[in-house]
This record gives sequence, structure tokens and C-alpha cells, in this order.
Amino acid sequence: MEHTAIIGIGMTTIEAQKPRDTFADMAWEAVTRALADAGIGFDDIDNVITTSNDFWDGRTISCMAVSDASGARHKNVSCVEGDGTFGAFYGLCRILSGAYGTTLVTAHSKGSESVSSLITNAAFDPLTDRALGLDALTAAAIQANMYMHRTGTTPEEAALVSVKNHGNARHNSYAQLPMEITVQDVLTSEMVADPLHKLDCSPVSDGCCAIILASEARARTIGRKPVWVKGVAFCSDAYYLGDRNLAEAPALIEAARKAYAQAGIANPTAEIQVAEVYDAFGFQELMWIEAMGLCGTERAGKLLADGRFGIRDRLAVNPSGGLLSGHPVIAAGLIRMAEVVRQLRGEAGAYQVDGARMGVAHGINGICGQSHCVWVLGSEQ
Amino acid sequence: MGKRRVAIVGTGQTLHRSHRPDVNGQELIHEAVRIALADAGLTIADIDAVVIGNMDHFEGINAVDCWSVDGTGGTMKPVIKLTTGGTTGSTLAIGGVHLVASGMFDRVLIVGWEKNSESDTTGAITTAFDPVWDRLVFAGAISGLAAEAQAYMARYGATDRDAARVAVRDRRHACNNPHAQLRKPITIEDVLASPMLADPIHLLDVCPRTDGACAVIMACEGVAEKLTPVPDWIWATANRHTYTYLGDVNWGELDSMSEAAQELFAKAGIREPRKEIDVIELYQPYSFAGIIWIEDMGLVERGKGAEYIWSGATDMGGELPINPSGGVIACNPIGATGLIRCAEAALQIMGKAEARQVPDAKIAVSTGFGGCMWTDMLLHGRKKPDF
Repeated sequence: MEHTAIIGIGMTTIEAQKPRDTFADMAWEAVTRALADAGIGFDDIDNVITTSNDFWDGRTISCMAVSDASGARHKNVSCVEGDGTFGAFYGLCRILSGAYGTTLVTAHSKGSESVSSLITNAAFDPLTDRALGLDALTAAAIQANMYMHRTGTTPEEAALVSVKNHGNARHNSYAQLPMEITVQDVLTSEMVADPLHKLDCSPVSDGCCAIILASEARARTIGRKPVWVKGVAFCSDAYYLGDRNLAEAPALIEAARKAYAQAGIANPTAEIQVAEVYDAFGFQELMWIEAMGLCGTERAGKLLADGRFGIRDRLAVNPSGGLLSGHPVIAAGLIRMAEVVRQLRGEAGAYQVDGARMGVAHGINGICGQSHCVWVLGSEQ
Repeated sequence: MGKRRVAIVGTGQTLHRSHRPDVNGQELIHEAVRIALADAGLTIADIDAVVIGNMDHFEGINAVDCWSVDGTGGTMKPVIKLTTGGTTGSTLAIGGVHLVASGMFDRVLIVGWEKNSESDTTGAITTAFDPVWDRLVFAGAISGLAAEAQAYMARYGATDRDAARVAVRDRRHACNNPHAQLRKPITIEDVLASPMLADPIHLLDVCPRTDGACAVIMACEGVAEKLTPVPDWIWATANRHTYTYLGDVNWGELDSMSEAAQELFAKAGIREPRKEIDVIELYQPYSFAGIIWIEDMGLVERGKGAEYIWSGATDMGGELPINPSGGVIACNPIGATGLIRCAEAALQIMGKAEARQVPDAKIAVSTGFGGCMWTDMLLHGRKKPDF
């Protein structure tokens, strides 16, 4: 793959509710911050990809709400529906194709204006599954039980993910839920879908993120602090929950394998210093980092209980606080990318991972992570 | 435009009907995919990635990229969803071009689909517009089109009879297309006597609602030539989604088309589009657009669209046939509609358009329309692009 880079990032704070902001207001804030971060103007943006979801926005053609605020009016523009990591992938392809030198990618949603249960229930097949009342939460509970049964991961170990990530968020001024909590706090919080307690679950959030991708030539001329794309791949599992082994994530294993191969990474545990993964639920962080090969042959829950994956560890996982500390869907994966960029630039302040040179960002689409996108980013070309 | 040249090597369309109760969405998608794979001489194992799109609120299914894998064959493959409203189909085609041109994938399957029979089309489209400024007073598909037609008529004196001539053309062309939903010719009097929906638009001026899917397979140079003797090479793409608010629109002209067309033709080195282009598949959701938008595309001078239509130049056998397939007025599974324009243009270039073939078509244009008066465009050629 040819060299490409991320030359700008911008995001809104993640909040439970942004009653003062429309979708366009949030997009404008994130986009102008990304442009300022890159030190460029709209004239330097060759084309635009927005990322949104009609269900979450309660609007058909949800991209229409943000195209002007993204400066797309006189440019080529398109819209990906799904997680921001997928939007960024299409944005990257438009550069790799040779058609454009830079792509502005945005992703937004306002969970506060949505009913998560109804919206995620609508992802189930209307003829076969939907009437069962499954949604993202109850399906994740099934997955959690299957994963814990397969691996022997305990509720205490899963709870440690929440303890770690909410703790990390105390250093991140963009995070919604910085908290100092204990395993006991997690396990005594309300049981929302067995075995998931309230504090095992990410919150409902509003937010928007924007990043600017550039070709090598443009990154060299206008990029002040480029972070390089080393590899990226995505893959979808089967659809029906009954057709999948929910306790494993073959699509993530495949996406990570491809992305590492592009990046020339043979041993991810040794070569990656920071991972921002899609921890919509505590146990999922453990499941995803195992599938991404970040635990070798060990069990993620055991390693975490042994004190691994903190900001000071040789592999930090979700040093920003992750989605457990703020989860604007659609924007979530793009925020993971922006956070890895911060780490690789050495600009993460109190949650900076020492010596971060190679990082991985992860986004998902669908129920229980049916489809995964993995980005490997590096500080060196 | 690209680092790698890209061509269409196969297309597939379902039986398009107002209702397809015999299939669910996945089965409808599968029908188009199976035909496209056979057309390209490929199996699903040969496909490196899937691009899919529709309009969520028409079927009420969230995360269609994930839900549809049993229809697309996308299980354990990269699957991505693009959606931009009416332009979804053309957006998908442009997406496929860039995915292949990027070098990341050699063979990409592109699928657009809609089961409009399951939807409240206008109800869903209404929600596209800003809830404070536009939605209560000026929403749905037809109100904006009526405003455009009125503005154009006021400026240039065109009539609903002029527009009816366009509807008559497309419905006559549709009789040659086995995939078209409405294959019955109509007269100008039929159009003018049909119910008035939104002045000056009559029922027979506008597109129907359709269940259908379209699949297109694109491949990179080196692969494409081995799959088909005459690949449809994509020379250029361009689009503009100019407006967010209906109140901002420059009614009576399609700004997005003017800008996109200029970029498209400049990229492909087209100087005299009317002479150099052999056939156009225009995403023309209502008849007046057949007059107005050919001006925006730069084919004729401002105000001369109707005269050009009456001359017969855009009929089959004319100087520049438009919509040999019968176009959107004869068939409109919305998420597929723009991709059908692309597939029909490909069939023309590949010489596979059968009864609707424009003889010796070498350069074709396909377009998409949607959103807030938006335009997508692709330029197709029989010759390999020389860049």
C-alpha cells in the first residue's frame, strides 16, 4: 500500500446530551478543529466523506444534515453509513485511487435524541429475529455469557475493564464519564442484562469527530505532524446470531491479520504500544484484544487482573477511557483513530503512553461486532 | 483519474415490479448478485469486497450492510455501506470505482436495492429535511421538483406539454427493456389527463415505486480484459451535493449538475459533450428534468431544452438518445435506481443492450439525482482511458 497519513484531527467533547448543538453544529466544531489542528483551510480539502446513520439521526439521508457544515458544497462528497472507521476507509481509498490528495472524514451521532433499544432492535431481521425483542444490549449479554463460558473469564475480570477505562478517562478532558470506581462498584451496579451490570456498559452519548487524510505528497507539503497509515482492513462475519460463534470473533481475527500483514507486523504484542478498541461493553475489550492478537496465547482477563494494559503498561488499551467513558456511535471508531493519533504524536498529556510508535484503532458495525475495521497507525513512515 | 484503471465487467438486474411479495430483501439482492456473477463469469469466491446501499427508512432495517450478507455473499469479506438518498445507486458506483482504483481490491461487487412496496416513501423522504426550517412546509420528493418546474416554466415559458413529450419518450423506450416495470406506451394526452399531483406535475410525469435490485461487478485493468471482450471503462466520476436546505436552492437550474458535468467532462477531455457522447442514462425522476437538466449538463443552451426534446434528438435513433432503458419514469427501486443507470450505460458500451442498444455506443454518461437537488455522474467509454 502506498504511504498515506492522518494530518489533522478534531472532535467535540463527548457528552450525555448536547441540547444546544444540532448535527451541523457538532460537525462544524469538529471540522474546524481538525482544520486548525492540521494548520490548513477548506481550500486544502480535496473531497469529503461524512459518516452517519439514518436510524440514529431519525432522518432519511442523514448525511444531508452535515454536508454544508463539512465544507462539501463545491467538492466531491460521499457518505458511509456505519462506524467512522469504515468512513475513513473509503476516504483513504479515494486518496489511494489517485483521484484526490486529501480527504476530510467526519462522523457524528446524538444518542440523546434516540432510543437505543428500538434502533438496535431494527438491526434484527424483521421476519425472524426482531419480534424476540433483542437489541444491542441483550445480544451483547448473550455474547458475554458465551465468551465467559468459553474462556473462563470471570465477572470480576470483566469489571476491571470498566475500572481501568473510567479511571483513564479522568485524564481526558473530552471524556463523558471520568470516574474512580472499584470492581465492587461495577458488580453491585444495577443488573441490566445478565451478566452485564450498568457499569459494564457504555453510556448514551452525543459527539462528532473529524480527521483529515492525505497522500504522501500532500502530507509532506502541508502536514505539520503526520501520523502514517501502516495498514487497514475490514471484514464481516455471518448475520444471524445462530449462524455465528458469538464467543469468538473470526471477522476481527481476519481484519487484524490483513492489517498487520500490510503494516509488516509479525508480532503485535511486541510491536504495538497502544490500542484503542471498541469497548461498548467491558468484556468486549477483552474479547477484541484477544482476537487482535494482542494477548499472545494468554487470556486477556487474566492479564488485566495481573495489572496489564494500563497507561504505563508496554501495551496500553484504551488509555483515553474508551467507549465506556463516552460512546457516540458512528463517531466512536473515528474517535479511536484520533486518540491513537494523539498518542503517536505524543500529545495525549496525562494519558500519554510512553514511547508510543505504533498503535491500532478498531471500529465495529452490526450486532455483537459482526463487522470489524482495524487501522494500524505509526509515528514513522 | 485513477492509479489503476477500472471497468465494469458484469451487471445483474432483478425482475423489477411494484410488489415482489415472492422474495424478502436478502432474496431480492441475491437474485441480482447471482445474475451479475454469471454475467461476469465469476463466482462469489472471486469477489474481494462488497459495496451495498439503499435507503434505511424504506424497509426499516438498520445496518443493512450486516443484515444483507446472506444475499450479497459478503460473509467473511469486507462489506461497506454507502447511502446518500436518491443518489445512493450512483454513489455506490462511484464507491466501487474508487475501491478498485485504490489497489486494495481487484474485483468488487456493488449492490443497490429497494423494496419500496414495504415503505411509506414520502413519509420517509420528508424526514430528510431539517425539522425546524424545511420539514413542516416544504418536504417530500415532489414538492421540490414542482418548485423547480415552476421556476423553469416562469423563466423560459416551457409548458407541461413539453414535459409530457419527455415522459412519452421514456415510456416508449421502456417497451424495449425487459427489466423495466412500466412497459406500456403512453401519449401526451394521457400524461396531461392524468391526476395533478403537485402543479405542474401530473401522475404520468413522475417515477413509480418499485421493488428491485441491481448488481454491478467492477474489476481492475489486467483482470477486466480477461473477463469480458468489451469491458466498460470508467473514465471519470464527479458529484456535487450542493445544498443542505431547500430554501438555499437556485430553483429552475440544477447547480449540482452544472458543476459536476463541467468537472466530469474536463477530467475525461470531453469538449463538445453533445457531439462526443453517444448515449445518456439520466436519473430523471420526473419529466421536466428531461428538459431542464440537459441544459445544466451543457448539451443545449439555456431555455432550449424543450426544443431539443421535440426535435427527436434524444429519442432512439436520434442524435443523442437519452434513457434507452426507459429511465426512472418507467422503473424506480430507489436505492438501485442510480446503479441501474450505471449498469444500463455499461450494457450500451459493452454492446449487450439488445433491443435498446444504441448502435456503436462508444461514450456514455450515467447520472444520479437525490437529496437536496444533488447530482452524481460517471463517464463510461469503450476505449481504455488514456491516462
